[in-house]
Amino acid sequence: MVIVDRRSNPQGKSLDNRERFLERVREDVRKAVSDTIARRRISELESGEEVKVRVDGTEEASFSSNGEGEHDYVLPGPGTLNRGDRIKKPKGGGAGGSGRRAGRGSGEDPFEFTLTRQEFLNYFLDELELPRLLRTSLAQDRMSRPRRAGFAITGQPSALDVRRTMRNSLARRIALGRPNATVMDALHASEAAAAATGDDEAAVIARDALAQARRRMARIPYVDPVDVRYARHVRQPQPATEAAMFCLMDVSGSMTEHMKDLAKRFFMLLHLFLSRRYERVHVVFIRHTEKAAEVDEDTFFRSRETGGTMVSSALDVMLKVQQDRFPRERFNLYVAQASDGDNDSADRARVSHLMQARILPVVRYFAYVETGSDRSAFPHGASRRKTELWDTYEAFAGVADTAHLAMRRLNDGAGVWAVLADLFAKSGRAVA
Amino acid sequence: MGLLFSGADWDFQTLDAINRSCEDIALGEFGLQIYPNQIEVITSEQMLDAYSSNGLPLMYHHWSFGKRFARDEAAYRRGHQGLAYEIVINSSPCISYIMEENTATLQTLVIAHACFGHNHFFRNNYLFRQWTDAEAILGYLAYAKTYVMECEERHGLAAVERILDAAHALRHQGIHRYPKRRWRLADEAQRMMARREHAEASYDPLLSTVPGYLTPQSVPEVRKQMERETRARLRLPEENLLYFCEKHSPRLAAWERELIRIVRLLAQYFYPQMQTKVANEGCATFCHYEILTRLHETGQISDGALLEFLHLHSSVIMQPDLSDERFGGWNPYALGFAIMRDIQRVCLKPDGEDRDWYPAIAGNGDPWGTLRDIWANYRDEGLIRQFMGPKVMRAFRMVHLADRMAEPSYRVSEIHDEAGFRRVASLLADQYEPANIAPLIEVSDVDLFGNRSLKLVNDCFRGSRLDADLAKKTLLHAQTLWGYRVCLQERDADNGRVLADYASS
Repeated sequence: MVIVDRRSNPQGKSLDNRERFLERVREDVRKAVSDTIARRRISELESGEEVKVRVDGTEEASFSSNGEGEHDYVLPGPGTLNRGDRIKKPKGGGAGGSGRRAGRGSGEDPFEFTLTRQEFLNYFLDELELPRLLRTSLAQDRMSRPRRAGFAITGQPSALDVRRTMRNSLARRIALGRPNATVMDALHASEAAAAATGDDEAAVIARDALAQARRRMARIPYVDPVDVRYARHVRQPQPATEAAMFCLMDVSGSMTEHMKDLAKRFFMLLHLFLSRRYERVHVVFIRHTEKAAEVDEDTFFRSRETGGTMVSSALDVMLKVQQDRFPRERFNLYVAQASDGDNDSADRARVSHLMQARILPVVRYFAYVETGSDRSAFPHGASRRKTELWDTYEAFAGVADTAHLAMRRLNDGAGVWAVLADLFAKSGRAVA
Repeated sequence: MGLLFSGADWDFQTLDAINRSCEDIALGEFGLQIYPNQIEVITSEQMLDAYSSNGLPLMYHHWSFGKRFARDEAAYRRGHQGLAYEIVINSSPCISYIMEENTATLQTLVIAHACFGHNHFFRNNYLFRQWTDAEAILGYLAYAKTYVMECEERHGLAAVERILDAAHALRHQGIHRYPKRRWRLADEAQRMMARREHAEASYDPLLSTVPGYLTPQSVPEVRKQMERETRARLRLPEENLLYFCEKHSPRLAAWERELIRIVRLLAQYFYPQMQTKVANEGCATFCHYEILTRLHETGQISDGALLEFLHLHSSVIMQPDLSDERFGGWNPYALGFAIMRDIQRVCLKPDGEDRDWYPAIAGNGDPWGTLRDIWANYRDEGLIRQFMGPKVMRAFRMVHLADRMAEPSYRVSEIHDEAGFRRVASLLADQYEPANIAPLIEVSDVDLFGNRSLKLVNDCFRGSRLDADLAKKTLLHAQTLWGYRVCLQERDADNGRVLADYASS
């Protein structure tokens, strides 16, 4: 008899099967995930409760009876039945006496199961791709690191490769027959020996040999410029692993709580998404009325100010912060702007100039989301009154150099996901 | 003798002591014969794992097991479904999984139930001896898992899944119902290697370009003759659809045939279990009941433990009647235990009625010998037909309900009285006849000289019909395996009238 404790065996033996199953019901899972996103608060996204997936598409067909025909069931009775009594047939099948499931029609019952957090996030972000990422990350030599690439005959003294140089030197010395220290010692010794014995002839020969060796030594240098080798380095581009995300929001009186909530949802989703792609994501919150300031997150979403609206002020602050702290060589820059679209019409030219000349050339992506009121009867994307800001941006959106400016309208919570997915759709670029 | 344990806690020494005491009683006093036992302690999550692969410790990967896991887990987490106290595998050594959450009393019950009751049944029942190879099943499962994995690497996940899906759909048509020869699972891996070597050695690139031997013949007589010969060679009709596809499908590659074979052999391995639920559970329940009673009598478990055991035992053998809303068909534990207890009583203290019913065993004074013989030689159908006596029928107040197509309700046609006993027992036995559980479908013909379509026939008894929707879907799976069109004809078994025709394309 053997007793084995299997409790410490590796867990998750059926993970492999589970993955295969999820792949099988991919459509159901995707639907459940997008339903959840519409319903759930954004702050709960990463930590929150489970996602339930309802599955009906995984029937395992096999030949089975449809329950028709004559059957005989012998069953445990209540003890009150007598011959000739009648019992109503249960709905949806036989008495189940023989364990058969009669009349099951198109197969088995659908059932619900729960996605783990990890699975949920994978599905959630599955559809998205960072815009311009592939195109720009390697092509533009923004951030590079030197990498060894063989040897060169020229270079800085600090890059001198001693080993390689000495190897060349040694080979040359041997090839040209430069007498080395041992040979010279031997010659000195034989000269001294000859002098000691008083053998003049031998002393002359030894002295000549020594002189010839000395001449040879002087003519053939120990290290010749031809021996010298330097380490060669090339600069290899490295994709930056950090991203900075600028959240710009209009907090003037015209932005209602509902609009802010929509904007917040959008920012949170975007942050979640970026943090999956980059090692670190820095978030900068800039809010503006007619003046703009960098604030912390709480202030950004909570407090409300009154005043006019100058979008260019926010753009100025953003540029300043970017230049101070987030050089474009090291950071992938993303801007997400939420606004109800109001702007001082006198500001238009300046906004247009800032965007085209200074911001769009440095950022990876600029997403502009125009939040509407919940009372708005327009589905998102439908045309309504063009706002000042929309009009400004539209004038240059879609032009070749500014193709990474995307604009969307957003009216209700359920649309947030759709807008984000739309903005960052894997193929093609979103242009309103 | 001292108590084996007190309170609910247990450790591995306790398990060992429990097992030893049970062994003394089961083998020494009751004369059970068992495979060596291996007890494995697992967590509830591992129990769910084991559920999803039919209780087998190793299984090849397939999405349907993941689905079963997801469903069981969801039901378990929501409290809709409890977990079994144990799972036992028909293997040698006989592996029993027991859950860590069980109390000491429950572990005792589980050890008596699985390690002795089920183990004895697996080792001795003729169906298991005929159809399964307990020594080799674990090795075969390991081979199957590796083989499927290799195929996935070599041919891709989708290709393997396609074949496995189709083979799973026809699993119930992949069973030999009558023994042909003794199977030895242990030889499977070797046989596969030998076949592969032979194929490699005899590969001839020239010969393989010669057109096949099935040249269409213009002379009708020759063609007729060839068809007759083909039918004879294919041994038609053939009830085992998977076997037929594996051996004769014109399209499958060798590895695809091997996958079908794996599914088929595993289905065959479970075939005896389907036919012996009542007998097997009856045997195990009876054994645990007797063993724990003896443990208490010999002072090895306390009164408190006995009461806990009786509480567990009575919920295991609970059988709601059909007016009860909890009713969900027969509880094989309840029915089996009642029959075994009745046989024990008949052997020891028969009355007049018993002597009429069981002249051969009544009062023979050897309940364990009688039961061991029954466990070895009967399946559910025979057990009920021959050993379910009037006292059992009365205890369950059995009634026979006739379900007739023309009638809107069931009619009670027999009850548990003098006039009805024989018929009730016989009808209940019919209910456990394997032929009545799954539709009987066989390969009747193959058009090897024409479009190569495969003809299946389903004989319908007493107006039962196939679910049309499922039948069409399953035929698509059959076509995957056969490679060409597959048709299915439903015939009335009594007069041969054709009821319906289905085709895969």
